Amino acid sequence: MTETANMIIRNGYVFDPLNGIDGEVKDVFIRDGKVVHDLTAAERKEAKVIDALGKTVMPGGVDSHAHVAGAKVNAGRLMRPEDHYKTVRSKTNLTHSGSGYTIPSVYKQGYDYAVMGYTTVFEAAMPPLEARHTHEEMRSTPILDMGAYMVLGNNWFIMRYLREGDIEKAAAYTAWMLRTHKGYGIKCVNPAGVENWGWAQNVHGLDEANIHFEVTPREVIRGLAEVSELLGLPVSLHLHANNMGHPGCWEITRESLKIPEGLQPHSKMDVAWSETKLDPRRQQTVYLAHAQFNSFGGTSWRDFCSGAEGVADYVNQVDHVVIDNGMVPFGPGTAMTGDGPGIHDLYMLSGQKWSNTDVELECGSGVIPWNYLKSSPVNSVQWAMGLELLLLVKDPWKTIMTTDHPNGGVFTKYPEVIAWLMSGKAREDTFKECHKWAQDRSSLGGIDREMNLFEIATITRANQARTIGLAHRKGHLGAGADGDVTVYDLDPTRLDVNDYATIKKAFSRSEYTIKDGRIVASRGDILSVPDGRRFYSSPFVDESLEKDMMADVKEWFKYYTLGFANYPVPDKYLKNPVPIAVNQPLEAVVRR
Amino acid sequence: MAVTEIILTPRGSIGIMLEAEVISPDVFQGKSQEEIESLTVWQGPLKLPLAEFFEVQVRQAGAAEETKIIIEGDAARVKRIGQGMKTGSIEVNGSAGMHLGAEMAGGSILVRGDAGSWAGMEMKGGTIHILGSAEDHVGCAYRGSWHGMTGGWILIEKDARSQLGGGMAGGQIVVSGNVENFCGIRQSGGTILIKGSAVRGLGAEMNGGTIAIDGAVRQMCPGFVVSGRDENPKLGELELSGGYTRFTGDYAVSKNPKGTLLLREG
Repeated sequence: MTETANMIIRNGYVFDPLNGIDGEVKDVFIRDGKVVHDLTAAERKEAKVIDALGKTVMPGGVDSHAHVAGAKVNAGRLMRPEDHYKTVRSKTNLTHSGSGYTIPSVYKQGYDYAVMGYTTVFEAAMPPLEARHTHEEMRSTPILDMGAYMVLGNNWFIMRYLREGDIEKAAAYTAWMLRTHKGYGIKCVNPAGVENWGWAQNVHGLDEANIHFEVTPREVIRGLAEVSELLGLPVSLHLHANNMGHPGCWEITRESLKIPEGLQPHSKMDVAWSETKLDPRRQQTVYLAHAQFNSFGGTSWRDFCSGAEGVADYVNQVDHVVIDNGMVPFGPGTAMTGDGPGIHDLYMLSGQKWSNTDVELECGSGVIPWNYLKSSPVNSVQWAMGLELLLLVKDPWKTIMTTDHPNGGVFTKYPEVIAWLMSGKAREDTFKECHKWAQDRSSLGGIDREMNLFEIATITRANQARTIGLAHRKGHLGAGADGDVTVYDLDPTRLDVNDYATIKKAFSRSEYTIKDGRIVASRGDILSVPDGRRFYSSPFVDESLEKDMMADVKEWFKYYTLGFANYPVPDKYLKNPVPIAVNQPLEAVVRR
Repeated sequence: MAVTEIILTPRGSIGIMLEAEVISPDVFQGKSQEEIESLTVWQGPLKLPLAEFFEVQVRQAGAAEETKIIIEGDAARVKRIGQGMKTGSIEVNGSAGMHLGAEMAGGSILVRGDAGSWAGMEMKGGTIHILGSAEDHVGCAYRGSWHGMTGGWILIEKDARSQLGGGMAGGQIVVSGNVENFCGIRQSGGTILIKGSAVRGLGAEMNGGTIAIDGAVRQMCPGFVVSGRDENPKLGELELSGGYTRFTGDYAVSKNPKGTLLLREG
């Protein structure tokens, strides 16, 4: 096999939202794994040519929110043998064996994403203390480029600094932590509430101070959002708002999204920018995780209803918010989150097995199995809500399609979600099969909008890349971008959205998934298994500030059960590391 | 009714146990002798034809309405016989290995010897009749899963071991001999009749369904309370004779549990 990685993808209908290309018939050229304007005559002769005539061409898929690596994911695997024995993948000469439906083994996970046309996937919650485990699993995940957001919303050091109002030290600590654990950005889960879970409590309002640290969710959200912009991180704060999964939580979600109002998005990355027509820098200062789980209406399970309209209305009015929907596509899922008390409440409803972990000075987590049923009134409304959120927010650049894998459902259900978004008929047919609450207690039945392929490309790759600060190389096909391209067997000129089975089929198995100019998957088969990159942020702050902060860290480190020297993640845990230099040269983050 | 009989005669003793879910009337139906011989089974890492281990004989081929498989000999090292079967019947003139009739939905299995663990695991319908004893996890849920057997019948003429009917949600199990630990653990429906005795953990975490026991229980679960007595109670389609003390539980897992234990008086 020649390793030139020069390629021409000929005559496909190209959908590249970051470059404003909406279904034009175009050739895509790749030289040495990167997209280029053209190839020389000599290179053209040698290049691998892919005939995409009558097919849909998009940038490689990007998943900005999935739970695919780390301790809680593995806890889910261990506690669910029943999730594994019926979903088995045999070994081939090229690929490992694997098993698991809602929580596949790392190898299977990489192959399954590649088969669907995804080339980049981000782990949405890495507790610092579990960073080694997370990196070990990412290192073993084939094909995919990955990174992980670090959970900081209940971190003792952060909470102490924020109570003291010392935002600079909080920034310095965050910068050191991201470098130390090779994290990509900040995830904030049930701010101030998970700490209370250590005393079997939670917080229920934005201005309710937690025990001992006496910080409020509002202070934590504002503080971490400011830290993200002060450092200039590639991704904004990724927020899992308080009261998640409780009837009526949509209001606290809206109020939480208001907190960063007035902050300017300010990513300061020292990277090579590829060509895009749209501004590739992120526009938001808060990225709401799994909006569906944070948009419950009503006051109890009896009068439960969708609160999606309230959240969507707010998102429509402002420009500093991006949401991912956290769709419930029905079927088995495994709820896993850093929101320990939230998972406990779900466990009280299910009565099934439950796992809970306290991560020392940092955070917590819980895992339970969940089967989303069409016969369930609440689950049916949840299904409708996931679609409402994406369809009611008018600008697709404010939305991202996820299932919060494996919380709302499995990532392999994405093709089904695309079909529901593109086809009113698909939604109507599901209404007939599921509980009538879906119709009665959500606005989905009154929504006519059917997304086109340009919008689908936006909410499955382009906006993911821009929102997490990777649009300098991912999520588009402009010159200089990574040569990650997906060809789907779907002719947009003959598309009939009423025939949604065809849409689902096309997105389930790419015709070709190309990564860095090499075919990795075609029609369900894995054809090559390159090692992916591991992105992480490497922010720097003023030396004297860092020194002051480190003195605090060393003093308070006695509360950990491990020694300071054993805390960092050594470089050998990462294969193909790609540090993103942030805040270099130094600006802003010095003692004021 | 025309019946096609397929006779499998073991060629000799089997080393590593076989994974032989192909031994099912649904799979054999309409196949010639050669086709059946070339069906593959896993033995450790190897995939081998059935003919390697069994001599295959087909009696009265043609448009038969029912398929009957007869294993003429011992199949104690053959796993997954009749797994997932929907119709037809299997007769084992010897013992059967693990996972006999697991997830079966219909048809019948008769074993003249003993059965291994996991017989009738998560079965939905049909009958399994074991003339000897069975090992652990009869009619139980798969490891980690919540619901065991949901329908059908299992009859065991001798003893069974632990976790019989674990997570059982429907159907009926009758054991003529004794059981060991955690019989009916997490049972939510269906009925179990034990004519012999049980060791401990009987009905632990039970929240529905009924277990009746004629012999002794060495150690009762603490979460059960006496709620009355029944004379000649009905247990599904079975009518029991004599007096039984009725217990309700398991209060260890629910404030209002619906599980019933019937203990034979005297």
